[in-house]
Amino acid sequence: MRVIEISCLEVWKEISNYLDNDVEPELRARMEGHFKACAHCTAILDGTRNVVKLVGDGMEYKVPAGFRRRLYDRIKDK
Amino acid sequence: MEALNPSLETRESELVQKAGAGCREAFYQLVQPCERVLFASAMAILNNEADAEEAAQEAVLKAFTNISRFRGECKFSTWIIQICINEARTKINKARKYLYESIDEPENGEDGDYFPRDFADWREIPSEALQRKELREALQRAMASLPENYREVLILRDIQHLSTEETALVLGIGKGNVKTRLLRARLQMRDALAPGFDGNWSLGRPEYTKVRAW
Repeated sequence: MRVIEISCLEVWKEISNYLDNDVEPELRARMEGHFKACAHCTAILDGTRNVVKLVGDGMEYKVPAGFRRRLYDRIKDK
Repeated sequence: MEALNPSLETRESELVQKAGAGCREAFYQLVQPCERVLFASAMAILNNEADAEEAAQEAVLKAFTNISRFRGECKFSTWIIQICINEARTKINKARKYLYESIDEPENGEDGDYFPRDFADWREIPSEALQRKELREALQRAMASLPENYREVLILRDIQHLSTEETALVLGIGKGNVKTRLLRARLQMRDALAPGFDGNWSLGRPEYTKVRAW
């Protein structure tokens, strides 16, 4: 099946949904066709995928030590 | 709204009932699994540990006092994250009012088209990079540079792994907005973090170390 061309701008708009598997199959096919032909968009796709991975693996917000104890102390007084 | 596993749902509503009757132990059991997400949501808005702890604790205290108002229409975690986000927003609005008095903040437009800053080729993440302190610091800086409404969504979706629906619910925005903000946040993070143009990660190449942390 021949897929209709899609512009870089449209690809960028959907790139995050694409990574989340949240695009219709027809759009996915058009985007995949575009990635095969466009090195720039492929670079953005790879970079954005890396961001999702880095943020998910490398960032955490650790609850400060003693958080629970201080919290329970306050609840006790309620 | 995600459906809860029925036995978990029953367990949660039992705990809510007990907590409503004043049982602190039951309340603690409800709150413990949410501590991390509460703190992270408050950090997303306040960007400061001490303020984030304060907001998260205030939220838990409010939830305890008002548990009778929780009707089980959503998960307990969704409800308490909503309280926490409101708490953090109130706190930051107070601080902003104090700082800027009458200066109006420009609205952050969400309709403009995105243009990548460059087309850096960034195929692989070397595994050792994740271990590096520089990378963690660069991530934190990039995260801190995001507008607050993008950071909130990025933290809830990509770090706390809330669904689009739940993120929309706790932030009080539409699902479309969640997706748009997540796109912006991810692309801005990419702009901030992508390595040199040829994807070369090696340290010690001055043209990269000047702009990148690794």
